[in-house]
Amino acid sequence: MSVRVFVPRDTTALSLGADAVARRLEREAQQRGLELTLVRNGSRGLAWLEPLVEVETPAGRVAYGPVAPSDVPALLDTGLLEGSDNHPLAQGLTEAIPYLARQQRLTFARIGVTDPLSIVDYLAHDGFRGLEAALTREPQDIVEEVKASGLRGRGGAAFPTGIKWQTVLDTPADQKYIVCNADEGDSGTFADRLAMECDPYMLIEGMAIAGLAVGATQGYIYLRSEYPLAKQVLDAAIARAEAAGYLGDDLRGSGRTFHLEVRLGAGAYICGEETSLLESLEGKRGLVRFKPPLPAIEGLFGRPTVVNNVLSLAAVPFILAEGAEAYANHGMGRSRGTLALQLAGNVKRGGLIELAFGTTLRTLMEDFGGGTASGRALRAVQVGGPLCAYLPESQWDMPLDYETFAEVGAGVGHGGVVMFDDSVDMAEQARFSMEFCKVESCGKCTPCRIGSTRGVEVIDRIRANQNRDANLALLGELCETMEDGSLCAMGGMTPFPVQSALKHFPDDFQRAPEGDRS
Amino acid sequence: MSDSREWTPQAIQAEIDALKHKPGALLPILHAIQDRFGFVPEGAVPIMAESLGQTRAEVHGVISFYHHFRTSPPGRHVLQVCRAEACQSVGARALEAHAKKRLGVDYHQTTADRDITLEAVYCLGNCACGPSIRVDDEIRGRITPEAFDDLVDELRTQPLEVIG
Repeated sequence: MSVRVFVPRDTTALSLGADAVARRLEREAQQRGLELTLVRNGSRGLAWLEPLVEVETPAGRVAYGPVAPSDVPALLDTGLLEGSDNHPLAQGLTEAIPYLARQQRLTFARIGVTDPLSIVDYLAHDGFRGLEAALTREPQDIVEEVKASGLRGRGGAAFPTGIKWQTVLDTPADQKYIVCNADEGDSGTFADRLAMECDPYMLIEGMAIAGLAVGATQGYIYLRSEYPLAKQVLDAAIARAEAAGYLGDDLRGSGRTFHLEVRLGAGAYICGEETSLLESLEGKRGLVRFKPPLPAIEGLFGRPTVVNNVLSLAAVPFILAEGAEAYANHGMGRSRGTLALQLAGNVKRGGLIELAFGTTLRTLMEDFGGGTASGRALRAVQVGGPLCAYLPESQWDMPLDYETFAEVGAGVGHGGVVMFDDSVDMAEQARFSMEFCKVESCGKCTPCRIGSTRGVEVIDRIRANQNRDANLALLGELCETMEDGSLCAMGGMTPFPVQSALKHFPDDFQRAPEGDRS
Repeated sequence: MSDSREWTPQAIQAEIDALKHKPGALLPILHAIQDRFGFVPEGAVPIMAESLGQTRAEVHGVISFYHHFRTSPPGRHVLQVCRAEACQSVGARALEAHAKKRLGVDYHQTTADRDITLEAVYCLGNCACGPSIRVDDEIRGRITPEAFDDLVDELRTQPLEVIG
C-alpha cells in the first residue's frame, strides 16, 4: 500500500526549501522503488520545524523536521516510511509534540492536517457545518449567536463582532457588503496568512455566514500584495467553492446568494485601517476617512459594510457549528475564546500558538519559544505590531487579555509577539517606529504626516547628544500631539512604542549610536 | 526583456477593458498592467483616465500613493528586503546594508546590468524565520549575508542555465 507523506506548502515552509524536499522525496522513492503518495498540506504552524515532513502510520502521523533535501536519503534509510524514530530529526507523533499538544486549536484545528484546497478534506474535518446551520436560521438568530460567543475583532481593535453585524443588519439598503481585512501588515504577525494559505474554506465559510447574517450578497477579501501565495490559494478555493455550491447565486440550493472576490492591496500599510481599506477597494488613494459615519452604516461605495479581520471571520464557522457557548467557554473576563498568538523575531521555536486568553508572555516566550534564537538574554518584546509598546521583563507576567494590556498602555493587537535579545538598541527601535510612520502615513492629517518626520529628527538629535533634555521634552510633547490629534491609529499609536522605549529602556537613549556595546 | 513585455496603447486598452466593469476597477487594472509589463507606463495614465471617466491627476495620485506600483521598468528580478521589526531582531539591518553594498545600489534602484531591482518591504509574514526577502513571487527565510550572495549569484547565472 502506498504510504502518504505530507510536505507543507505554506509560505514559511516554501521559504525554507519545502519544494526541494518534496522533489527529492519523490526522486529517491522512485529510484528505490518505494510507493508513496505525496500530499502538499498546509503548515501546522510549528515554524521552527519547517519544512516539517509527516508520514501517515497506523498510530497516527509522525513528524520529522526541519528537513533539508540532503536529509532525505538518510531519512528513508532509517525507516521514514514506517514512521521510525531512528533519525535525529524524528519528532514522534505530530499531535504529541508538546508545542502543539498544549494549544487550544479552535480556529486553527485543521491547518497542516488537510490539503488546503481539498473540499473533501474540509468536509471530513467539520467544514461547512457552520454554513449549513446558518442556512437554516434567521439572520437575527445568527447575529445573536455571534454576540453570545463574545467574539471581538481580532484585527486589534477588539470591537464586539456581533454588535457590528447587528448595525449592518439593522441598516436598510439595496446592497450590503462583507469586507475581509486581510491586509496583515503588522510585523510579527502571520496568523491571517496561515489561515488563508492552509485553510481557505474556513474564511470563505465565515464570510458566507456573515453575508447571510446581515443580508449582504457580495464579499471582498482585501489581501496585501506581499502575500502572493495566499492570493493563489484563495482564488483557487473560491472557484472550487463556487463549483460546489458554497458560493454563488444559490448557496446549497437555498436560493440565497453570496459572491466573493479577492482584491489585492498595493503595499500600503495604512490600508489595514478599515476606512483607508474601503477607499482603496473603491479604487482610490488609501486616505483615512473621518468617522462617523461608521462603515457599518456607510461603508464600501456608501453602503452598509461589515469590515472584519480574517481571524474574526474565521472564528465564525466554529461558533455556528458548535454553538456560542463552546467558544465563550474559553478565555477570561471580557476576552472570550482563543487568541492566535504568533511567536516571532529572535526566538528559538517560533510559530503559531492558539490559546485561550489569559496566558502570559513569559509562558509563551520561555516555555513555548525556548528563549532567543541567538541564545543571548531576552531583553524586550513588542506585542501587537509596530504601533504597540515594547515591554520590559517586569511586564512579562501579566495575563494576555485586552483589558489587562490596555491598563498598562500596551496592546494585544493582532497577537504578534516579537522578541529581541540584549543586543537590541531601543533608541534605534524608537527611531524606526517614527520612520515607519513617516513612510506609511496616508498624509491626510498633520500630526501623523509631519509629526513622524519631526519625530525621526528629534530622536536623531537625542541620540547625537544635542540639547538632550530639551529634545527629550520636545519628543514627549510631539508624542502627545500625535496621540491626541491624529485621525487614526497610525499617527495616534506610533507614540506607544516610542514612549515605552523611553520609559523602560532610558539607558539606550544615553549613548551615541555607534557606542561600543557588547 | 521579451517583446510580450513591450507595452502598446492597444495592449493597455485590452487590460483596461477586461476589468473596467468591476466596481472600484482602478487597482485591479493597475495590477494587471504592472503584472504584464513590469511597470505602469506614463502613457497608460491618459488611457486609464479616459476609460474610467477620471482625471489624469486622479489616476496619477493613485499610482503614486501605493509603494507597489512603479512607473519605470524594473530589472529582470525584483528583490525585496524586509525592514520590519521581526526581521530587525535577527539581523535585517546588517542584511540590508550588505545587500546594498553587494549590489552597489540603494532601494528603488536597479543594478547596472539590469539584473536586479532592490526594494524595501515592510513584512512578508514570515516573521518566525527571518530575515526574509522576496525574489519576484518567491519568499525566502533565514537569509544570512552568505545566503544572500549565493542567491544573487543564482539569479545572475539563471539565463545561462540551458545546459544544466
